[in-house]
Amino acid sequence: MEPSVKKKVMTVDDSRTMRDMVSFTLRGAGYEVVEAADGQQAMNAIATTKVDLVITDLNMPNMDGLTLIRRLRAIPAHRTLPILMLTTEADEKKKAEGRTAGATGWIVKPFNPDKLVSVVQKVCG
Amino acid sequence: MDDLSRFKQTYFDESAELLAVAEAGLLRLAPGEIDMDEVNAIFRAVHSIKGGGGAFGFAGLVAFAHEFETVMDGVRNAEIPITTGLVDTLIRANDVLARMLSHAADGTEAPEGTTDDTVAALRRFLGKAEAVPGQPEPAPEPAATLHPDDEDDEAGIFGDALAAIQAARDDQGPSATPAADAVPDGKIRWTVVFRPKAELLLSGNEPTYMLRALRRLGEAEIVCHLDRLPSLRDLDAELLHLSWTVTLLAGPEVDRARIDDVFEFVADDCDIRISAEAPPPAVIPAIPPGAGPPALQNAAPAPGADLQDKAVPPPPATPAATTSGAAGPGKAADGARRGNGGDHAGPTSHTIRVDLDKIDRLVNMVGEMVITQAMIAEHVRDLPPGQFQELLEGLESLAQHTRELRENVMSIRAQPVSSVFSRMPRLVRECAAATGKEVMLVTSGETTEVDKTVVENLVDPLTHMIRNSIDHGLEGPEERERTGKPRAGTVHLSAAHRSGRIVIEVTDDGRGINRAKVLSKAIEKGLVQPGSSLSDEEIDNLIFLPGFSTADQVSNLSGRGVGMDVVRRNISSLGGRIGVYSAPGEGSRFVLSLPLTLAVLDGMVISVGDERFVLPLTNIVESLRPKPADLHGLVNKCDVMMARGEYVRLVHLHRLFGIPKAIDDATRGLVVLVETEDGSRLGLVVDEVLGQQQVVIKSLEANFRRLDGVAAATILGDGRVALILDVAGLREMSRHGAAPATGIPTTAIPLAAPADRSDQRQRQTV
Repeated sequence: MEPSVKKKVMTVDDSRTMRDMVSFTLRGAGYEVVEAADGQQAMNAIATTKVDLVITDLNMPNMDGLTLIRRLRAIPAHRTLPILMLTTEADEKKKAEGRTAGATGWIVKPFNPDKLVSVVQKVCG
Repeated sequence: MDDLSRFKQTYFDESAELLAVAEAGLLRLAPGEIDMDEVNAIFRAVHSIKGGGGAFGFAGLVAFAHEFETVMDGVRNAEIPITTGLVDTLIRANDVLARMLSHAADGTEAPEGTTDDTVAALRRFLGKAEAVPGQPEPAPEPAATLHPDDEDDEAGIFGDALAAIQAARDDQGPSATPAADAVPDGKIRWTVVFRPKAELLLSGNEPTYMLRALRRLGEAEIVCHLDRLPSLRDLDAELLHLSWTVTLLAGPEVDRARIDDVFEFVADDCDIRISAEAPPPAVIPAIPPGAGPPALQNAAPAPGADLQDKAVPPPPATPAATTSGAAGPGKAADGARRGNGGDHAGPTSHTIRVDLDKIDRLVNMVGEMVITQAMIAEHVRDLPPGQFQELLEGLESLAQHTRELRENVMSIRAQPVSSVFSRMPRLVRECAAATGKEVMLVTSGETTEVDKTVVENLVDPLTHMIRNSIDHGLEGPEERERTGKPRAGTVHLSAAHRSGRIVIEVTDDGRGINRAKVLSKAIEKGLVQPGSSLSDEEIDNLIFLPGFSTADQVSNLSGRGVGMDVVRRNISSLGGRIGVYSAPGEGSRFVLSLPLTLAVLDGMVISVGDERFVLPLTNIVESLRPKPADLHGLVNKCDVMMARGEYVRLVHLHRLFGIPKAIDDATRGLVVLVETEDGSRLGLVVDEVLGQQQVVIKSLEANFRRLDGVAAATILGDGRVALILDVAGLREMSRHGAAPATGIPTTAIPLAAPADRSDQRQRQTV
């Protein structure tokens, strides 16, 4: 696969383990992955890097996932950027909150690598 | 999941850090003043441990973390008030979590009932909280996390989405399926009518990808409907006006759930109709029995069967279905692995984890390089001046780069002392509870960096000292009040860099050392002659004597006795020193001075005959040339010298080590006055002091064998091996008589032995 057509996914999670696992899985599936440890870092990075998909955790220091989604959606360029929530809970309330905030979809932790890849393919090709 | 097991170590490392974060936070939690940042940080720490634990299938750990997390969530939402009891329980929970983690790391099962008590204690707080309306139901979640492999059970996890799809399906009128040809054997024809709401794009969902995902499931024919397309003038590019009908010819492994999956996120924003058509029944037995997954029965409905009949949610995908689903991504993975090396690590990868062995090797290599560089420098010194200007300049910058390289490499191993300091709040808390005292711990300089080995070795001494400060130094609250002090005593722990060393101080504002009692105890123990007059400082230092630490005594009376000799031994084994300063009624201050690294030593190079030795700078008090009148011979050939008003035993190194051609008369050579860890002094008789130098420490034991009176070896600039003297060992040797002990290195033999290279060097320079 040529690097120029590689889709770039940003994984936002304060857990290094989780970031490592998401990165590893997606890189293995041919995606380019950038990492951010919280919403604030993600916002900063997105200002300079174009990404095709954001996968964000909900609980994070500095800026949590829901805030990140709202902030991104408020930026015209990112109105239709796919943003997936990576949640530990299958909590409907949280999912509904995420949807209201503008999340594209969700992945439940712990994720199955194949499942993650198929979800990512579904939202960013 | 196997692929992800490689992240286990990261997980355990990270969890250890998170546990420390949680503990530090918990220790700062106090009733009344809630710091939300702190509470959130604790919550997140536990949450992350749980999340990662789930990924590796640590069921027990996850279940316990969940209980812990639920209580933290209650605290976070101000539903559970912070009380001392709560904090204690949470701290205990953190301990249990640590235990669960270490079991997980060892691959062992935690003993039955490990978590029971703590879970019960945690739930008690929850009981109170549950009375509060709006508290989320804590119970059902673990089931989802306990069996990571079950996550395809979307009926549970994605219930809402499926319900919506179900509803859409129930509404389904006569299908728009184009009446088509007969369905081929072994295939199912799915017809999917997909009419998204206009706002679909605003959630970041892209129908193209969903269609693509459908296409991956089989042979697809996609028809786009433009009936909702407005005129160009009314067109809003951000809204979606299209809809599609997809006719999908798929194998039996594609079941309803796989198709529903595609629309997982958009079920609420779409009108989706799905119907299936299979070949006539006679064909079905053609599928080899057992070849298809059990789900097939549900996935391949009877011909013309209307799915509306089935009110039950689609069956969970079977493992077989999951595996076949992986085929697509698997191919992509092959492609990606080739290009993997060039992947950019991303904006946050500012640190990497490195095996400590690698760094040790690096430190070692740099040590070798420093030695080689010094060796070259030594040879160059003998060259005729003025002839090799460029060589000299080159060597000079090489020397500078070597020095910088060494500092940088050493700094890789450097760690902030915060990793040790952060353990102390807990200790203080426990000691305070045990002694019934009120204690405030103040720390400063936590970011001061020092070599990892030094940091690790600080834990025990600091623990001892802080425990002593609280146990013996601080008064009880009532007593403090009587003497006009605040009820809570303060223990101040600080770290700072000072002239190439790290200085750590433990200060308390307690009662100070009770010198009268220390002295009487020392006399009673026979450590001090009755009637001897000691200065305050000397009395304070008595607490470091080994005799002071033997159980029963001093501690609860006055003393600082417990373990202080051990503390001093630990510190001196790190090449450090410890001092105590105390003012009665005002408190005490313990000062540790330690080298920044254990790989390099500040030493004084001395010569004895043809040999060179290195004395650790920390041991050296001064060097002087005695007058004949200062020297006093004793019967057993053990000379003493009067230095600064006290008698000091003289040790002739050449006699001790059997070195020929050395100066025996101290008035013609030099006496280096050294001090051991316990403050006793020795005068080492040497020929000459050659100068101060940083030397790279080489283990003598690892390369040769242990020698009395020798701590380690080093290689000097001229390539010669020099022994680094161990002052305490020399004192021991000199006590056992001045006769040269057997097994003592005689000149070149052991010196040449440590390494072949040094042997060569020696020949070169001789």
